[in-house]
Amino acid sequence: MQGVRDIKRRIKSVQNTKQITKAMKMVAAAKLRRAQERAEASKPYTEKIKEVISSIAKGIDDVNHPMLEVRPVKKTGYIVITADKGLAGGYNANILRLVAKTLKERHQSADEYVIFAVGRKGRDFFKKRDYPLIGEIIGLSDTPTFADIKQIAKTAVSMYGDGIYDELYLVYNEFQSAISQVPTEKKVLPLANLTESEEGQPAGNNDYDFEPSAEQVLNVLLPRYAETIIYNAVLNAKASEHGARMTAMGSATDNADEVIGVLTLTYNRARQSSITQEISEIVAGANAL
Amino acid sequence: MSTFRLEIVTPERKVYSEEVEMVIARGELGEIGILPNHAPFVTPLVVSALRIKKNGSETLIAISGGFMEVNQNKVVILAETAELPQEIDVDRAAAAKERAEQRLAKSGAADLDFKRAQFALQRALNRIQVAKVKK
Repeated sequence: MQGVRDIKRRIKSVQNTKQITKAMKMVAAAKLRRAQERAEASKPYTEKIKEVISSIAKGIDDVNHPMLEVRPVKKTGYIVITADKGLAGGYNANILRLVAKTLKERHQSADEYVIFAVGRKGRDFFKKRDYPLIGEIIGLSDTPTFADIKQIAKTAVSMYGDGIYDELYLVYNEFQSAISQVPTEKKVLPLANLTESEEGQPAGNNDYDFEPSAEQVLNVLLPRYAETIIYNAVLNAKASEHGARMTAMGSATDNADEVIGVLTLTYNRARQSSITQEISEIVAGANAL
Repeated sequence: MSTFRLEIVTPERKVYSEEVEMVIARGELGEIGILPNHAPFVTPLVVSALRIKKNGSETLIAISGGFMEVNQNKVVILAETAELPQEIDVDRAAAAKERAEQRLAKSGAADLDFKRAQFALQRALNRIQVAKVKK
């Protein structure tokens, strides 16, 4: 039987932990709401830019732009979005497992892909295991602005333009709800399905005038669009992160409650047995007189 | 007077959405004014002050890195940043201007930093100018 005092100390320590996890849960909940609002706010931009591009692409007959063209794939780029911190359940592990699995299945050697890491957890993971890492962002704020991720988005898109890799994927946790985030892989470049997917929709007025020319407008628009997709994924991943953390910390708090319950029971038993023992000792002593 | 809807959207939020009479923007080939019932039109915009005419008065909006789409009597401007005069942090813009000028003085005209600094300077100047008009 543990000493009464030891048990009491353990109860206290679990209680402290519970306070922390509970606070973290509430912080995550607040951040989740903000992250969701942000993801929502970026939607009009993305939708609009897509709309314009597809109507331009339909308007001109032979769209010829490196970003729309499917090239034979020699090298693949991956942007992997993880969190900077842990304590979010399987959030990071799920993503990294998916990436490791995909890479193994799809590629024979490490020469066939490069990785951009967003988030400290992912960066450390890839660094430790000698994956070909060519870019990283860590210390991203909880509500990232477009400027924060512009640089990596720009680099990633321009490297595609320079032919360093022939396709670009995003791997991140797609936000479903606060308790469910799905590791997802999404193709960013080339933007092949842009013109096809719009067919069912009512065609707008496609006879745009372009200034200076349709090609040049596309030159500006397409990289911007790809950057927007990446930005959206980051926002989405942030929302997922907070959701995952909220759930993880919620169940940690529940577990702490359970542990406290069990410990309190043990504590009371120990206390009672020590009292019983004392009484029987006194009685025995009195009888001996 | 007839009007049309103008929407200014950035990746972070919808900055502006109102019925206006005229909008004057600076495209790559120069300034262009859009009046109601303009033909469908798309152009990239440079870092500049957008002029919006509404009820006889003029509003400026500082934008950077965007493009304009005109379609069916609706103008949509998608920009990386867009700020109304009262939203501009003049001190920050002034600091950015100074930084950019220093960098320009230091680095050679050929390298990437120079170009970046040039853009930064443009943006800062643009913001300062827009903020000034307001006062």
